[in-house]
Amino acid sequence: MREITLSQAVNEAISEELRRDPTIFLMGEDVAEAGTPFKVLSGLVEEFGPERIIDTPISEPGFMGLAVGAAMTGSRPIVDLMFGDFLFLIMDQLCNQAAKTHYMSGGKLNVPLVVRTNLGATRRSAAQHSQSLHALVAHIPGLKVALPSSAYEAKGLMKTAIRDNNPVIIFEDKLMYNDKAPVPEEEYLIPFGEANILREGKDITLVATSSMVQVAQQAAELLAADNISAEVIDPRTIVPLDEETILNSVRKTSRAIVIDEGHQSYGITGEIASRINEKAFFHLDAPVRRMGAMDVPVPFSPALEDLTVPTPETVAKQARADLAGDFNYVA
Amino acid sequence: MSAAKSKKSNSEQYLRMYRQMARIRAFEDQANQLYLSGKMPGLTHMYSGQEAVAVGICEELTATDKITSTHRGHGHCVAKGAEFKQMFCELLGKEEGYCRGKGGSMHIADQANGNLGANAIVGGSAGIATGSALSAKHLGTDDVTVCFFGDGALGQGLLYETMNMAALWNLPVIYACENNLYGEYTKVEEMAAGELTARAKAFGIETHIVDGQDVLAVNQLTQKLVERARKGEGPFFIQLNTYRYHGHHVGDINREYYRSKEEEALWKQERDPITNFGAWLSDEKIATPAELSAINDEIKADAEAAVAYALDAAYPNIVEVDMHVYADTPNSA
Repeated sequence: MREITLSQAVNEAISEELRRDPTIFLMGEDVAEAGTPFKVLSGLVEEFGPERIIDTPISEPGFMGLAVGAAMTGSRPIVDLMFGDFLFLIMDQLCNQAAKTHYMSGGKLNVPLVVRTNLGATRRSAAQHSQSLHALVAHIPGLKVALPSSAYEAKGLMKTAIRDNNPVIIFEDKLMYNDKAPVPEEEYLIPFGEANILREGKDITLVATSSMVQVAQQAAELLAADNISAEVIDPRTIVPLDEETILNSVRKTSRAIVIDEGHQSYGITGEIASRINEKAFFHLDAPVRRMGAMDVPVPFSPALEDLTVPTPETVAKQARADLAGDFNYVA
Repeated sequence: MSAAKSKKSNSEQYLRMYRQMARIRAFEDQANQLYLSGKMPGLTHMYSGQEAVAVGICEELTATDKITSTHRGHGHCVAKGAEFKQMFCELLGKEEGYCRGKGGSMHIADQANGNLGANAIVGGSAGIATGSALSAKHLGTDDVTVCFFGDGALGQGLLYETMNMAALWNLPVIYACENNLYGEYTKVEEMAAGELTARAKAFGIETHIVDGQDVLAVNQLTQKLVERARKGEGPFFIQLNTYRYHGHHVGDINREYYRSKEEEALWKQERDPITNFGAWLSDEKIATPAELSAINDEIKADAEAAVAYALDAAYPNIVEVDMHVYADTPNSA
């Protein structure tokens, strides 16, 4: 199978959907000729024109608001939010307006829109361009949240997001744009709410999202060298969450570490760990572990920044401690 | 009253506008009573006094033209074609309400008549209205969207971001700023520096100031602007000078610390949009005082019947509490 980058995969997904459905358009800052700072959308304006690939002023709340109104009236907008950190700017339009409109209207109005944005630290971009804020939006009923972990995932999840009749926020890992993966030429979609078991194992379950899937995979390799068999699960979407696949795995392995690049406190790791505790309690042989980003603003200095996110080594170390019954060890 | 159009051919339209203003007033009188008698959950914001704004504008809109409304939104909803029964049911949280009781007074939407909804965030619908206009352009319809908002919303940055885009892209949207002189409990001049219309002018948007108590003046201006917006000459900004008779919300009873009873009495006695338009209709021999009085009585009876109906109507089944969080997506992956 051919291999393409995550960036190409996103570009293909959006191009194919724009060809399929004329009600779709895309708007954001420097999305047209510039093709975004990461060049993910290069070539789109040439094919679809400036009426469908719309360069906006630097007004995130404004164009997010426009997308909500357009989605309520028969269009299917894709909003390009240049950095996930800018979510704070659009919160009212996304969380008070887009998320609640279907419910508040008693099901009469739909808001089919996609916000494509990104997450991930260790790019030396400091505290306002490095955050992983997906937990913020996952907290709000009415929004769906997708976290692709490879080029293959990015294409299939983006196409599903665009066809969904609800507001969907899809976070790409900005360190992964040039990572290649096998992606079929023929069309495919990845359904929401179906986790992916990347590696089967029997001793411990590593539930990992987005940027942390690779970390979990590498940790599983390290553990294999110690004869520890780790199962790696990528939920793909945290709203909706495929709880059953995670619970079934933990019922088998009896241990779990949840790894996610959002801040650890009040985050995705705590939510998933709590569901495991509530629903697989009698199967557990160790506390369910949370491994998120350190609870500090992301520092600029490489010497500091690299300390703030889980690594294959820190995950493997936690897993070894859990297997050894050293329950006081918390990475 | 402003100079009339050719009155004979328009008398049907005049009477419809009179009737719609009277309906809004009757609706609000009943809503206020529901609150004061403890029969309505929560609270609500009265539109009484501002009827000429909603009616003068919505009279020029088709059913597929869109509006966005505010927390003070009952008037816009009635003017855009809503029925009393479903509105009172919504105010009382009943299943037959426009939003199955899930929205309430501050979120009534009536999508069949192009009302995209009231909004409880001040200025919160500026994006929705402008996006609706963008959608019309994108989909190739000739629908016009009117964004209703109060003077209080002039403090919100969202409005300026969206007016900028509307002007850049010539969107068919009309920003209708209802200047009722108070944002919540504070005078507009304490909150908004400079001329109100100067804000829109800065984006190159054509602005107008009109007497919001004069339904004919509002209607005649709107007629021209809607027609031009349909042809791609938008956006436009209208400042409609008006007055709210009640407090910020129904519970805002003792309000002399921010405005006097004399001021309120003056507006009600001299500037009432319904009384004055009724007098003009009589002067012009379009309707006699007795005929207008009969219209008022009929509408009051309608409103009372709708309230009685809504009070007896059923609440939503409890299984609805987690329905409509997400829309279905047929044929998805």
